[in-house]
Formats: sequence, C-alpha cells, structure tokens
Amino acid sequence: MSAAVLMAEGLSRVYEIGGGLFGKPREIRALSDVSFEIARGRTLAVVGESGCGKSTLARVVTMIEPPSAGRFAIDGTDVTPGRWAGLRDAVQIVFQDPYGSLNPRQRISAILDEPLKINRKSLSRAEREAKVREVMALVGLRPEFHDRYPHMFSGGQRQRIAIARALMLEPRVLVLDEPVSALDLSVQSQILNLLMELQERLGLTYLFISHDLSVVRHVCDEVMVMYLGRAVETGAKAQVFDSPRHPYTLALLSATPVADPARRKERIKLTGELPSPLDIPLGCAFAARCWKAQDRCRAERPDLEGDGHKVACFFPEGG
Amino acid sequence: MALLSIRNLSVEFATASGSFRAVDAIDVTVDPGDILAIVGESGSGKSVSMLALMGLLPWTATVTADEMRFDGKDLRAMTPRTRRRIIGKDIAMIFQEPMSSLNPCFTVGFQIKEGLKKHLGLDARARHARALELMEMVGIPDPVRRLSAYPHQMSGGMSQRVMIAMAIACRPRLLIADEPTTALDVTIQAQILDLLTALQAETGMALILITHDMGVVAETARRVSVQYAGQKVEEQPVGPLFATPHHPYTSALLAALPERATTRLLPTIPGVVPGQFDRPPGCLFAPRCAFADATCQNTPPPVQPPAKGLVRCHYPLGGPA
Repeated sequence: MSAAVLMAEGLSRVYEIGGGLFGKPREIRALSDVSFEIARGRTLAVVGESGCGKSTLARVVTMIEPPSAGRFAIDGTDVTPGRWAGLRDAVQIVFQDPYGSLNPRQRISAILDEPLKINRKSLSRAEREAKVREVMALVGLRPEFHDRYPHMFSGGQRQRIAIARALMLEPRVLVLDEPVSALDLSVQSQILNLLMELQERLGLTYLFISHDLSVVRHVCDEVMVMYLGRAVETGAKAQVFDSPRHPYTLALLSATPVADPARRKERIKLTGELPSPLDIPLGCAFAARCWKAQDRCRAERPDLEGDGHKVACFFPEGG
Repeated sequence: MALLSIRNLSVEFATASGSFRAVDAIDVTVDPGDILAIVGESGSGKSVSMLALMGLLPWTATVTADEMRFDGKDLRAMTPRTRRRIIGKDIAMIFQEPMSSLNPCFTVGFQIKEGLKKHLGLDARARHARALELMEMVGIPDPVRRLSAYPHQMSGGMSQRVMIAMAIACRPRLLIADEPTTALDVTIQAQILDLLTALQAETGMALILITHDMGVVAETARRVSVQYAGQKVEEQPVGPLFATPHHPYTSALLAALPERATTRLLPTIPGVVPGQFDRPPGCLFAPRCAFADATCQNTPPPVQPPAKGLVRCHYPLGGPA
C-alpha cells in the first residue's frame, strides 16, 4: 500500500508580531510553501537548524494551529479547522523535553488516561484502565509505574511515558519533535529502538524532526532539509546523504562531527548565521552564507525542482 | 612537568537525604598544549570535577584530594585570595549555556573588560583596545558596535564567542570548556570548535573539553578520559580509544552511536546510571555490563596499567589480560 497517509501542499505559516496602535504589524514567515507526502509505515525526517521552521511544521501538522496558506490531508481527507476535532486522533505528537511535557502533579495513570477520558467517552473506567496498562506494556513501562509521578523517572522513562500518551488514541501519524535530543547516548538508542519497533508493529507513519544527522540517517526513509522556512532539498535517504545537491545540505553534513578520529575531513566553513526571519532576503535565503552564490542567487529565489530528489538551487552540486 | 595534576579528587554533596558522592577518586593530568576530552553521560561528574578545580562549588560540597597542583603550586594550600589570582587568569572556563552565563544587566564590553581590570590592571584605553582585539580574535563582526551590546541582543553562537573572548582575555594557560557547543546548531558548533582549536594552536594553552558528544571528541581531542557515575573508567589517546576501547562501558557507548549501526535496531546499554541510593557495592557499571560476573558485582575493580587504558575493570576488553 503506497497511498500517502499524510500529504501536504504549499503549507505556509505566517506570524504577525509587533504593531501598536498605528504601527503596521510585521510578518514572520516561519514556514513557506512546504510540500511533502509520507506513505504508511514510512518515516520522513525534517532536518534543519533552529529557526528553520521545523517546529512550526510540527504544530501545523498536529493541528495545534492552522496553516496560513496551503492544504494538507490525512488519508485523503482534507484538513480544515472545522474538521480538526474529528481528525486530531489521527496525528499525535511527542515533544522534545520529557521534563517539561509531563504534568508533575499527575500520576502516570492520569496522564495516560486523559486522552481517553476526553476522546473516548463511551469507554468505561475499567476499559480505559485496561487500555492504559496495555499501552504501558507496549512501550516497555513496568506495571508498577502506573501510580507513580513523573519526577520519579529518568529522562528515558519519561520519554517512554510521552510516547505512550501519544499512542493512547491509536494515531496513524506520530510527529516526533526532537524525541531523543534531550537524552543521554546510552538511553537514546533504547528510545530509537522502541520507536522503530512500534513503527513495525503498529504500521505508524513518522514525521521525525531532528537536527542530529546521524540519528536521522539511522531512522528515516526520506529526508527534507529546511532552511529559513523553506525546503531546500528533499529526497530518499540515500540520495540526500550520499549525493547531496544543495550547498546547505553539503555544509550541514560536513559540519556534523563524525566519531572516527582517523577520518580527517575538510569542513566546509560557513561564515555568518541564519538571517532573521523578519527580513528574509529577496533571493535564495542561503545566498548570504553560500560560497557558490552569484548575482542571480541574490536576485531571485530558486524553486524546489527535480524528479524524486528535489533541490532548490541554481547551481546544485553534481551537475 | 605537568601543568595540572590532580590526584584522587572526590566531591561529596550534603543533601537532605544524606551525602552524595558526585566525583569519586578522579585523577587528571594535563601537560602544556594538551587537549584532553572528558566524556560521560549526565551525572558522571565531569562538570563537577572541573568546578571543584575552579573553586566554584556551593558550600554543600566537600572537596578532598591527595594532590591538586597547577603549575607546581598547590591549590589546596592557597588562601582564597591567592587562588582567585589564578582562577580566571591562568585557568579560565567556558560554560555550557552562553545565554544564561552572561550577565543580562551589563554590556558585553563591560563583561570582557572586567577581568582585564581585575587581573591585569590595564587602564581604560588599553582595556578597550584589548577587548576589540579579543572580539576580532573570536570572529565577532563589527566589534566596536558589539562591545556596547547587551547579551540578549546577540544570538547563541555570538554569545558563546563572547564567553570565549572573556575566557581567553588574560591569556590563560589552561582553558576548560564545559560543553561549549551543546546548545548550538551544527554549523555554528563547527565554527566554535574550529575557533577553539585554532586558539589553542596559536596560544599553546592547554584545553580541557567536557562533552558527551563522541563526534566532537573524535574531531577535537588528543587524549580522552571516560567517566561513569563519578569515576574515571578509562583514559587513552583518542585514536586507540575509538579503535580498541578497553572498558565495556566505552565499548557499549561507541556501539550505541547511530552512525556505527549496522542493523536497524541499535545495540543498547540496558538500565540507567546508578543514583544516590542504588550504588552497587562492586563495579559501578556491573548492573548494566554484558560481561559482569559475581566478582564484578561484589568487589570494586582495580585500575589496570596504562597499556590497558587505565580502566577500572576486572576484565578489560581487547587482547589478553
């Protein structure tokens, strides 16, 4: 089955800030014209640095806020704010910080029970309890944790709780917003394994947001590299990692430290930092930091083009 | 002669529920111009041991050591006043979160110049010139304007550069960088690491890099010391450490790196780091170790000879024991 579970077309999100009584509010384009498709049981990784719009994308896809333009569909059903209530079951999110995303005053049982209480009103208390215990077993939480509070758990266990909470409503899509960045290396691999086992067992579709390229390379099927709210390169994992075409992807790959002291590689040195999303340059957003930039790059914006492996650059690598 | 030599350093914190040993009998030796990385997960005592050296721990901490020498001078015997003449001047530290380590109430220029005034006694004009020079050294564009900027007006990468400028202001002979790039993006991280290694090569200072990122270690350090639950479990030059780790913990940690994975499921280390109340009587890693037996559970392991990477293990890996 290859039909897309999640399909997005030209998603944009604009925030307005400032603007007093007379001043005109200024626009922040957090997300511009992002399109993608994810098939059932597959993982799309969204990669980029802070401020590139990854988390905004997560918020739009999980229906926390509406897109300013563009549309997206879940299993062929167009998502509009009017249909949010019925569709939110299908997309759930796991946040980055397992310390901040669990209510310290609720027991684990209450945290996991709440989605059911609100969304599955027909279930009896005993049925809900059974479901909570079932999901706890699924993510590898021992039954005796049922009545404990979040502070009694380590970061890895808390992330298991957060994953269990996201699974309570049997979603089809899981949005994972940096699920392992706050965890130690030895615990990180436990959580990554859990996520992959769950995907296989439940046929889940993942939108995996991360800045850690070695994690992304391990878990994903397809990659979307974002820069300042736009996708600059998309493609299958092997295409993007083995033959990156956008200079930014190349720089990102070369900047990622490799745990192999024998490999002395030349780093591509990027100068400067991300431009402010308040005044995005006219042309290619990356032009100011790009070593290949020419006048054309600063004047007009390249479109995301290509067959399968798409890139938004006038002078891509490898042809 | 070693620039810094610490023998048998332990730090205990008095907590409401009894004393907690955060650092347990650690040895650190750093030569001039050396780059030592201290690696470990959270709670392994890597930051606390360096804070103890700097004398920055709160009063609840008890620091004991058999030896704590910097440049031949015994740091333990010094009065706080003499010690403060070394700390911040000859030994400087860069902290993890640049955003919260700078004082939001003062301009960047003021914070850089403070050390110059206290330690070097430069006059205002010389301080200003030196601050500009430092800002240029760490690659901050438009230094004249940036000197009068407040920390909140700068990005994370720029704030970290300011922290580095402050740390190297008095030309330290030992720079301790505590997770200097953890809060930063990868492309900025690469810039900061390049900057630190370039400064190190230029000034010949020694660098201690505290990190949990094996990639950063592999690309930056010369020697690596691995810590686990407050103890140093292994120390080797960087090449041999990655090629033939002798401690099961180091080996498991390296295997858990996603980039080294050969299968879809990653090798994991079961369990978690022991806390205050479940410290095992024998080897601290025994409950999570794949090779542990009854001896490991009950007897604290000896420190093996340097050929075995100074590991704290009964059965070091890699070749015959």
